[in-house]
Amino acid sequence: MPDVRLPGTLSPLFPGLPRRLELEAAASVLDAIDELEQRWPGLRDRLVAEGPSLRSHIHVYVDGERAALDTPVAERSRLDVIAAISGG
Amino acid sequence: MSKTLLTVATRKGAFILESDDRREWTLRGPYCEGWPIYHAIYDPTTGSIYAAAASEWHGSGVWRSDDLGETWEMSSEGLSYGDDDGRKVSKVSTLARAGDRLLVGVEAPGIFESRDNGETWSLLSTLSGQHGSEAWDDPASQPPGHLGISGFVTDTGDSDNFFAIVQGIGAFETEDGGSSWTPRNNGLRRDWPSDWDDVGFCVHKLVRSSNPERMYQQNHVGVHRSDDAGKSWTEITEGLPGDFGFAAAVHPHDTETFFVIPVDGGHGRTMHEGKTTVWRTRDAGSSWQPMRNGLPQENAHLGVLRQGMTIDRHDIPGVYVGTSTGQVFASPDEGETWNEIASYLPSISSVDVAIVE
Repeated sequence: MPDVRLPGTLSPLFPGLPRRLELEAAASVLDAIDELEQRWPGLRDRLVAEGPSLRSHIHVYVDGERAALDTPVAERSRLDVIAAISGG
Repeated sequence: MSKTLLTVATRKGAFILESDDRREWTLRGPYCEGWPIYHAIYDPTTGSIYAAAASEWHGSGVWRSDDLGETWEMSSEGLSYGDDDGRKVSKVSTLARAGDRLLVGVEAPGIFESRDNGETWSLLSTLSGQHGSEAWDDPASQPPGHLGISGFVTDTGDSDNFFAIVQGIGAFETEDGGSSWTPRNNGLRRDWPSDWDDVGFCVHKLVRSSNPERMYQQNHVGVHRSDDAGKSWTEITEGLPGDFGFAAAVHPHDTETFFVIPVDGGHGRTMHEGKTTVWRTRDAGSSWQPMRNGLPQENAHLGVLRQGMTIDRHDIPGVYVGTSTGQVFASPDEGETWNEIASYLPSISSVDVAIVE
């Protein structure tokens, strides 16, 4: 079951959303986000822009490698979703 | 007992200022999780506060509070051009109530509406077919900080008749709820070439007086008045220290009284000579008076954005100004005297005022 870590900026928007959780199954990053969307409606829009594409300041890493929405996810993958550091 | 409620949108969330007498104010916030807020309004139809937000990380949405700011929810459901359109909603810039429609203006330029008080949204219009509209969505032709649809003029009792401003293009009026639009820029000045006679104007702020025939606007070049509901415009800049500014407000009971805040039109975009000044006309722009009593007059290089001034509906109306450096100034007497009622807020995008029970 893929292990997902989410940025703290999402927590106030979705009651009950943990910073770390395991998904049932996901073939790709987009699948993983869509699974989160099923449990917390509206979450996909916070990470995914029109296209679809990842929002420009949201970075996703699969097992430590920079990923896109179509990047494959394995059963025991770790997904880190990062709100990119910028500004002051 | 009624109180005066000032909704303040900033680069780091929304704030509420409230007062029983318009002299002593209390401040609450920040709200909306510190998201950048471009425009926040109190909606007299529902009693809710709405805040148009755009996060660099998490995209755009509209926050809503049904309890005067104590709790908030955010929705962006339907607030998208879709995956196949090519345009993206980079920010939501402005909000207005028009009858049973809650309108939001976005960039790339478009208008979305909500019929369920901000729960869900749907695309109402992109004003397609207007002269020059094919270029509106090209990022290369958009100025820095582009807002897309940068303002509305609406009637809270009329769903179908309202004005929308396309930033850098001009003002347009619809009388059929956004199905068709008419440019309302006749007589405006512009100091640059345009391929078209009816568009290519830079309307910063458009307001309508208690007589709908009488409108005013602060333009990129000049302050203008209309006496025929926006069908034609006459420049009334003479007497002001400059022709550039953003903010404007019209007296709620007197169509002759109107306020603007001229600022340097170059890179600075702060008030002239470092003197904080709201300029008022009592005769529809024939003459102007500087209102400075209580405002800082030395080394005060303050800027005010297009939604940064508002006026309440008391018998003697109060005027409110929020600056891009986080001060809020309030006048309880039509601009005669001023007090600084907040000093250290984040950069202010908008102020909106309401009288609530």
